[in-house]
Amino acid sequence: MGTFMRAITDGVLQGGVYGLMAVGLTLIFGVLDIINIAQGIMVILGAYLSFVLWTHLHIDVFVGLLITIPAMFILGVAIQFLFIRPLRGRERTSMSLLACYAVAIITEGILYERFGSNYLSMNTYWTSPKATFKIFGYYLPYIYLLGFALAVLFVVAIYFMLYRTQFGRSVRATMQDHTAARLVGIDVNRVAAFTFGIGVGVTAAGGMVFGELNAFNPNTGYDLISRLLAIVILGGMGSIGGALGASVLVITLASMVDVYWNPEWSTVVFYGALVLVLVFRPQGLFGRKEARAQ
Amino acid sequence: MRSLALWRAAGLAVLLAVAAVIPLDDNVVLTQVGVLVLMFVGAAVAWNIFSGFTGYISLGAAVFFGTGVYTVALITKHLNLVGGVVFALYPLGGLVAAVVAVPFGLIALRVRRHTFVVVTIAVFFIFQLMASNFSWTGGVTGISPPFLNWDATTVYNPFYYTALLIAVVAAVLAWAIWGSRFGLQLRAIRDDEDRARGLGVRTMRVKLTAFVISAFILGTLGGLYFYFQSDALPQYAFNPFFDLTIALMAFIGGFGTLSGPIFGALLLEPYLGWAQQQVSNTYAAQIVLGVLFLFVIILLPRGILPTVGEKLTALRASRQRRAAERGTGPPPGLPVGATAAASPAEPTTRSAS
Repeated sequence: MGTFMRAITDGVLQGGVYGLMAVGLTLIFGVLDIINIAQGIMVILGAYLSFVLWTHLHIDVFVGLLITIPAMFILGVAIQFLFIRPLRGRERTSMSLLACYAVAIITEGILYERFGSNYLSMNTYWTSPKATFKIFGYYLPYIYLLGFALAVLFVVAIYFMLYRTQFGRSVRATMQDHTAARLVGIDVNRVAAFTFGIGVGVTAAGGMVFGELNAFNPNTGYDLISRLLAIVILGGMGSIGGALGASVLVITLASMVDVYWNPEWSTVVFYGALVLVLVFRPQGLFGRKEARAQ
Repeated sequence: MRSLALWRAAGLAVLLAVAAVIPLDDNVVLTQVGVLVLMFVGAAVAWNIFSGFTGYISLGAAVFFGTGVYTVALITKHLNLVGGVVFALYPLGGLVAAVVAVPFGLIALRVRRHTFVVVTIAVFFIFQLMASNFSWTGGVTGISPPFLNWDATTVYNPFYYTALLIAVVAAVLAWAIWGSRFGLQLRAIRDDEDRARGLGVRTMRVKLTAFVISAFILGTLGGLYFYFQSDALPQYAFNPFFDLTIALMAFIGGFGTLSGPIFGALLLEPYLGWAQQQVSNTYAAQIVLGVLFLFVIILLPRGILPTVGEKLTALRASRQRRAAERGTGPPPGLPVGATAAASPAEPTTRSAS
């Protein structure tokens, strides 16, 4: 029973963190109709930023978010402005995918250049054995709970932004129909830039928690992006609640396999589930039938 | 147009002649780089036959490549083969890859665009994990081929000519498909799949056929790679960088054109090979690659060859027009690009003002 509960708690709590990163990805997809392949490396960049703030300036990682989130937001807006917006024409979608990939390899190169390829682990208060409490007969670090809480907070904030503000209204209008949104006077370019900024900005928080939980190096971004993409597809492209639900579901599944079978195979089950779902439900678990612009 | 075709044929002949004599130099490093370049030419062309023609961007090409690697590796290991007979095994790698492509395609080709890209990535990771987790694939230590007791100065020559052969066959195949009814069906799918289906194209069958053909070539190259690299390791046989590199090559040269992938591979692979030699500065090379990539995407969004071809055609047209206005006839010595291959000539009806 202890192991089972552990697998469930681990899965749900980590799933929340993955959900946060996936929400950024799915938001960008919904509004801009592009896949930000750089999302994985952005998460890692967020982790490195928190790491630097902690080791050099001794700023607690949670306080550091006040710096890293705005920084990543600005980076996201800049990427959209410089590399995504100029793309035009029929192959725009595939081109933007490649542009994001180029951004990813540049970022990865810079991180390698700066930090080398050694795996880094954060060595903060939150990773020490002190910061744990006992539950179901094993010790759970606080960071799991705090990370989950942070993820929920941000997802709620994004929901609030989308459904309760004027800006959110224009974002949703843009998601539904670009041309119509432009016709009613929405500055679609501004919406796109802000959305990209928000999508990248939340990776700062996701990356901080990810860095607290796992060892990472610049290459970790590839592993991460493939997981995030699988989550986003499973949840139904462009669906925010779907991304969160799918991520909790799939990470719990992986964590069960991890505990009961073999950690080596947990990832296969993860992708296998994706393929299976797509065979029977190509629009994803929570996606609508008429997936946008298919 | 006649002169253009002539130029193109001449360029091709020169390219082939140069390619054929490179190993005669007995420069081992040059030949070794040459093998890789030719392999990537073949792979990019194979990728383009499916992804370029249909517009379905696959990032799972390494699935077929790796399947080829492991097929040949396992056969060699169990039958203990040595010597020239190994070259007969490569098509077998391709065959198994083609068989793998059928269920893969049946699943993945049900979805389009982004979802397709992601499904190919997922399948790719499943294969990579299987290769490193099963015991019969040798796990993370992989499989090593028997030692090839060949002369050190010419050891790469057989690989070189095999790679050249595969690349040429792939290019000829792409060319044949391009002009055929089948090729037209593929391009109809790229332009508007639903309409193509409405007009009677059996889209699933057509897509799957292209997918399988592409897989066969990639699997054959995988077989070659096994002996060339003397390794079947999960992270090199199923390499995510491989997928992205060949896609990049096709895009840089000209996505969905005939000569674009060849040009892109010839341009990019020597650079990547050189960057790999500079081990101390690999990361700088990576950054340069990324910047180059962005540069091409934003300034030459359709690839180098089509864009340059259009520019040349436009230039020629405007010069001719100006010359006609002055009534002096066409000027001599025009830079008619041998590079303008496969790009549609731009209509020359723009107003003279």
